[in-house]
Amino acid sequence: MSALVEVEEVSKLFAPRLTFGEKIAARLGSAIETRTVHALDRVSLTIAPGEVVGLVGESGCGKSTLGRVIAGILPPTSGSARIAGEPVMVGNRRPVKRTTRVQMVFQDPFASLDPRKRVGRTIAEGPVAHKLVSRAGAAAYVARWLEAVGLDPDFANRFPHQFSGGQRQRIAIARALAMQPDVIVCDEPVASLDVSIQAQIINLFLKLRRELGLTMLFISHDLGVVRHVSDRIAIMYLGRIVEIGDARRAYTNPLHPYTRALLDSVPKLVLEGDEIVSFKAISGELPSALSPPSGCHFHLRCPHVVDRCRHEIPSLREIEAAHWAACHLAPFAE
Amino acid sequence: MSALLEVRDLTTHFITRAGTVKAVESVSFDLAAGDVVGLVGESGSGKSVTGLSILGLIDPPGRIVAGSVRLAGQELVGLDRESLRTLRGRRVAMVFQDPMSMLNPVLTIATQMRLALEAHERVSKEAARARSIEALTAVRIPDAAQRLDAYPHQFSGGMRQRVAIAIALLHRPALIVCDEPTTALDVSIQAQILTEMRSLVRDLGTALIWISHDLATVSSLASRILVMYAGRIIEEGPTAAVLRSPRHPYSRGLLQSLPSRAEPGRDLAQIPGSTPSLLKLAEGCAFRPRCGEATDICHEMPALERHGARAYRCHHPLATEARS
Repeated sequence: MSALVEVEEVSKLFAPRLTFGEKIAARLGSAIETRTVHALDRVSLTIAPGEVVGLVGESGCGKSTLGRVIAGILPPTSGSARIAGEPVMVGNRRPVKRTTRVQMVFQDPFASLDPRKRVGRTIAEGPVAHKLVSRAGAAAYVARWLEAVGLDPDFANRFPHQFSGGQRQRIAIARALAMQPDVIVCDEPVASLDVSIQAQIINLFLKLRRELGLTMLFISHDLGVVRHVSDRIAIMYLGRIVEIGDARRAYTNPLHPYTRALLDSVPKLVLEGDEIVSFKAISGELPSALSPPSGCHFHLRCPHVVDRCRHEIPSLREIEAAHWAACHLAPFAE
Repeated sequence: MSALLEVRDLTTHFITRAGTVKAVESVSFDLAAGDVVGLVGESGSGKSVTGLSILGLIDPPGRIVAGSVRLAGQELVGLDRESLRTLRGRRVAMVFQDPMSMLNPVLTIATQMRLALEAHERVSKEAARARSIEALTAVRIPDAAQRLDAYPHQFSGGMRQRVAIAIALLHRPALIVCDEPTTALDVSIQAQILTEMRSLVRDLGTALIWISHDLATVSSLASRILVMYAGRIIEEGPTAAVLRSPRHPYSRGLLQSLPSRAEPGRDLAQIPGSTPSLLKLAEGCAFRPRCGEATDICHEMPALERHGARAYRCHHPLATEARS
């Protein structure tokens, strides 16, 4: 089966613009300290039609940047992102997104909806502009999508401030769906919601997926949420994917030491007798993306580190069927 | 043993133009020295306002309208500002979700810690420095002696929260109120801080009120949990007992809605509806409109019924499961 989303060797660097003085200094030959952030380092990923891939990692690991590259919001510095063979962004000097095949749902529904627009207009704007629906048919079209996300179609005439956080997130999802995309990128779509509302939105995603066969990249720092909605998961660390594979296998048999440490560090609500099953903390902090460590990015915190890890960047290897990890030492004997 | 903290019928209201927001309604609980109690609830449940009320940090339009808070026998409700100031930081301290809200961005950590010490006692500069280093070391800040002269922006989020905890620990308070202290942090950093808090509580005998929306983090620390909904405690009990067999339908709903407890890909057991506005609460049990067990009697406010170590506020408590 061919992939719907293909991300090939995508790197993304963020370099701050030089000030006027620094430009002159650079011309005169002095070495300007580079402050380039390596947000993504040759990341490759494919998503099959109808598949949900979860993307997990801690803040600063590049997961949102990868989502934005796939959604056509950020152009990659090198490499390419394609959907059904078609590049997401076109143009060399100032790349723009032309395709409507991908849409995005953001974390904060308080920031992602225009407070001065009635939500019906917010939802209809894209489909009308792209001639998916006529202006005359827009109202009925909006009503259909509001219903699809479990809202009253009459809500189209209201403003965002009249809704709760969970309802707003439903509106943001309706807006993305109304563009009839092939792929939806969800960046932490439930992180800002209360636990009881979070469950409602997760169930909505599960329902939409069953009914519409959605293909999704689901970005979250919450391992429990990602496991629940994803077929496969990818774990990122400092701009690289360190492990990717079937969601259940990745949780039951994590291959990369970072994945193991991450899973161990989550407090769980599991009782053993009268005791809560405890968590284990990873030592050390996330290194800065301004000066990532050499070799394997995780080597400073890894309990298994050997000399090779400090010099040689491990590439993703298929360690068991369809389960890849970027570690020189995997698989570990239990 | 008599309790270190006794909270009785604490009621805090905010009088606004839109009406009276009943943020906390007759909350009562005890906390023994060295014990950790978890306060769990969603946004608007009153958990943070409960924490702030204990420290007397409620500003107009908010007001503690009834109840009592006794710390080692001393009544805190109604104390004047000056007396509260001498208590806060010394006997009780607070750690907030965002450490930058309590750290001054233009002062070094050394200065801020010295000021925190001088607020309550006369200390020499050298002694202040030594005690600051000791406190930073206790929360596992590497190279504490050098890091002391850094500014808050030179620390990562996790390190800043450690500094905030170190400042809270400076006077060895009997009680620390922690309001979502790890919510803004990554899981790996959260795990480190939880581990450190656990050993600090054990070593220093500090009592903690740990406020969070996350049942899992609360449960990993607290020996007892209080579940709040719409300003009231609706369930209370030893952590393991509440997790194993919640008595209140809302507690059960919260537990069942967690993805980590469900079969992947299956629909989660969701609580219908949304959290109520504190301005227009339903008559009787506030959870009634969302509750599957509700009947006519739920139009009357249920009392908090105590049965041994457990308590719940419900007309239709769930049966306790047989111990497996």
